[in-house]
Amino acid sequence: MSGTQESLRVAVLAGGLSLEREVSLRSGRRVAEALTDRGHRVTRLDLDEGLVDRLVDADVDVCYLALHGKAGEDGTIQGLLDLLGLPYTGPDAIASAIAWDKGVCKGLLVRAGLTTPDWIALSSDAIQDMGAAQALDRVVERLGHELIVKPSQGGASMGVRRVGAEEALATALVSAFSYHDVVLVERFISGAEVAVSVVDRAALPAVEVVPRAGAYDFAARYTHGATEFYAPARLDDATLERCRQAAVDAYELVGCRDVSRADLIVDDAGQPWLLELDTCPGMTETSLLPMAAHAAGWDFPSLCERIILLAAARGAGRAPRTAPVVSPSGP
Amino acid sequence: MGEIQPDRYRARYAQRTQGMIASEIRALFAVASRPEVVFLAGGMPYTAGLDFDAVSQVTESVIRDVGATALQYGGGQGLPELRERLVDVMAAEAIPAHADDLVVTSGGQQGLDLVAKLFCDPGDVILAEGPSYVGALGAFSAYQTAVVHVPMDEQGLIPDALEQTLGWLRDSGRTAKFLYTVPNHQNPAGVSLSTARRERLLELAGHFDLLVVEDNPYGLLDFKGEIRPALKSLDSERVVYVGTLSKVFAPGIRIGWVAAEGPVRDKLVLLKEAADLCHSNFTQYVAQRWLADQPWFEQVCQSREVYRERCGALLDALASEMPGDCSWSEPTGGFFVWARLPEGLDARELLARAIRARVAYVPGQAFYADGGGGDHLRLSFGFSSPERIREGVRRLAEVVRTEMELVRALRVRTPGTARRPTPSGSAPGTHPGTAQ
Repeated sequence: MSGTQESLRVAVLAGGLSLEREVSLRSGRRVAEALTDRGHRVTRLDLDEGLVDRLVDADVDVCYLALHGKAGEDGTIQGLLDLLGLPYTGPDAIASAIAWDKGVCKGLLVRAGLTTPDWIALSSDAIQDMGAAQALDRVVERLGHELIVKPSQGGASMGVRRVGAEEALATALVSAFSYHDVVLVERFISGAEVAVSVVDRAALPAVEVVPRAGAYDFAARYTHGATEFYAPARLDDATLERCRQAAVDAYELVGCRDVSRADLIVDDAGQPWLLELDTCPGMTETSLLPMAAHAAGWDFPSLCERIILLAAARGAGRAPRTAPVVSPSGP
Repeated sequence: MGEIQPDRYRARYAQRTQGMIASEIRALFAVASRPEVVFLAGGMPYTAGLDFDAVSQVTESVIRDVGATALQYGGGQGLPELRERLVDVMAAEAIPAHADDLVVTSGGQQGLDLVAKLFCDPGDVILAEGPSYVGALGAFSAYQTAVVHVPMDEQGLIPDALEQTLGWLRDSGRTAKFLYTVPNHQNPAGVSLSTARRERLLELAGHFDLLVVEDNPYGLLDFKGEIRPALKSLDSERVVYVGTLSKVFAPGIRIGWVAAEGPVRDKLVLLKEAADLCHSNFTQYVAQRWLADQPWFEQVCQSREVYRERCGALLDALASEMPGDCSWSEPTGGFFVWARLPEGLDARELLARAIRARVAYVPGQAFYADGGGGDHLRLSFGFSSPERIREGVRRLAEVVRTEMELVRALRVRTPGTARRPTPSGSAPGTHPGTAQ
C-alpha cells in the first residue's frame, strides 16, 4: 500500500460472455495481483447470473472494471452498478455507451470539430433487406480504395480488416458482420499509430505502435514481441502536443472519468486522426495504458491504485452499505 | 524517448517458436467454454458417465497397497504391470503386442511428440490425412516439419492420392519421414479406412518404404462394436502404433503409449526419460488396477452407447435444421462429424457469429497445415447431452442461414476456387498439394 493509503475492499470484475473474455481475464488477473500486492483486499468476480448477489455479499468499497467488450464496456454493467450504489472505475453508463459504439463516438467527435477519418456505417439489415450491396461502389468512390473495415462495436482489433479493392470489401464486410451487425468502413489514413492514455483528465506520454508484420491486429496486440512500442512516440513536440490535446478533448467530450485510451493515426503532415476511444483500456502485459504509465514513471500497481482511488472517492459520500437492514419479517 | 520491450527475451527464442502467435480463434474459445455456450468444439469424452465409486476404490487401493512406490519415480518405459494390461486393451482390437514393446507416454499426444522428435529434422516431410488431427499438426509443427496432406473420402485416406503424393515426392528428390494416420473414426472427418484400403495402404508403404504412424484413440468406440483390423496387426514392422486410455477410461490420468519395434522403442524410452524422466507412477497404478480389477470393457460399451445416442441426436438435428446446401459425414463411431458449409461461407469468419449465438465448433482450418479447410467445420458430440446438441444445432443453423443471406446479398466469392473433397461423398481431389 502506498504511503498512508487505507486498505480498500476491491472487486475486480473480469471475464463475462463477450468475445474479449480472454483478454479481460488477463487484464483482471494482473490488476487483482497488483492491488493485492498493495495491501488491498481483492475479490475477483466473473459476470454471470449470480453477480448481483456476490457483489452485495462481497461488501466492497469499489469495483475495478477489467471488462472488455459487450456488457462490460457498453454501459450495461455501469448502469447495474449505479443501481446497486457501488462506485466503479471508468465512466458512467452514458459515456460508456457513447464511446463503445465507434460510429456514435465518431459522429460526436466530428460535430465537436475533432478530426476522425471519414467513414460510412453499414448495417447487415441494410445489406440484406435494402440492397445496400448495390451501393458499395459509392463507398469506394467517397472513401477511396484503401479502407479499414471494422465492427462498429467491439475491441481487440477483432474482425478488423484493411482492404484495397471492392471485392475484398465485400469479404471484409462479411468478416466484420460476424462480430457485430453494424460495420464501419473507414478511410485508411497512412501514418504513425499512436495511443494516448488519459488518467484523471491528464494525458500520459503517447505510445507509438509499430507492428512488425504491418498490421496491429489481434496477433500483433497479444503476441509478445510482435510489435515494437516507443514511449514517448517518436514525434516532434508540437505533434505530440496535438495528440495529447486530441485525446483529452475526446475524453472531455464523451464524458469520460478516471481513465481512457485514445487510438490515433498521425499522418505525414503531423495531423492526428482520432480512431476510437477505449473506456476500459487493456491492462495486460502488452497493453498500451500500462506502457504509458511506465513512461510517466508509475509502476503498474501505482497505476491500478490511482484508478481505484479516483473511483473510490466518488463513493466516499454515500451511505455505508453495512447500515442495519430491516429484517424481511418486520421489526 | 525509448523503445519499450514488453518481452526482453524476444531475440533469444528458438526458431521453432516463430509460428507461435496469439490467435483470435483461441481467444474466442475462452467464451466458448462458458456454460451458456453449447460446446460442440472440444473432443472431450463423457467422463461424468464413469463409475466414480469404482474409481475411488481403485485410487484408494493404490495408496493403501503400493503408496510408497506409486508416489516414487518410475522407469522411463512405464510400469511393467500397466504395460501388461495395455496389451489387453490392444487385444480387445485383436492387435498382437508384447508389453516389452510398449512405452507409456503422457497421453497419446506425448507419443506423437516423441515420434516426431525421434524421426524429424526441420524441413522434413510428414504425410497426413487432409483433414488431420489438430493436436498432431501442432506437435509436428514444433519440429519445423512440412506436413503434406493426402485427401480422404467417405472410406478414409485415398490410396491413389497417397501413391501420387509419394511418387511426386520421390520425383522431387524428397522422402516422407512417415505417414500419420487415424484409420478408425478419424478426427475430424469421422470416417474409417476401409479394410481393402488398409491393405492397399500397406502395399504402398512397402513399395515406397514408408513408415506408418497409426494413431488409434477411437477404435473401441464403434457404435456397433465392429473391430477393424489395425494397420499394426497387418504389418507390425512398418507401423508405429499410438494408443491412449483417454477415450476408453479418462483423459485426466494422461495415459497413452507407443508400440514399436525394438530399436524405435529403445530410442523412445531415452526420449521419454529426457523429456520428463518417467510417467506418473500414481496414475499408472490407477490405470493398471482399473484395467485389471474393474469391468473396463463394459464401461467402454456403455460409453459408446451414450456416444451413439448423441451422434444420432446430432445427425437428426443437422438433417432437420441445416440449410439444404450443407453436407456432413455420418460417423459409425468416435466423437466427430465433419460438416461442409454452403458455398461462400468460411468457418473461421463464421465463428464469432456462432459464439455470439452461443454455440461453438472448430473451424476446418485447424485441421490443415496449409490453411485449407475453411469450408468445413468439426462438430463434436462426445461431451454435450442430446438435448444440448439439438439446441446447439438449432443455433448453428440460424447462424449459417444468416451468413448465407449476407454472403448472397454481397455476392461474395469463395476465396480460392478449389473446394476440398469431403468424406461425405464428393469426388476426391487428386493433387497432393504442398504444405511447405
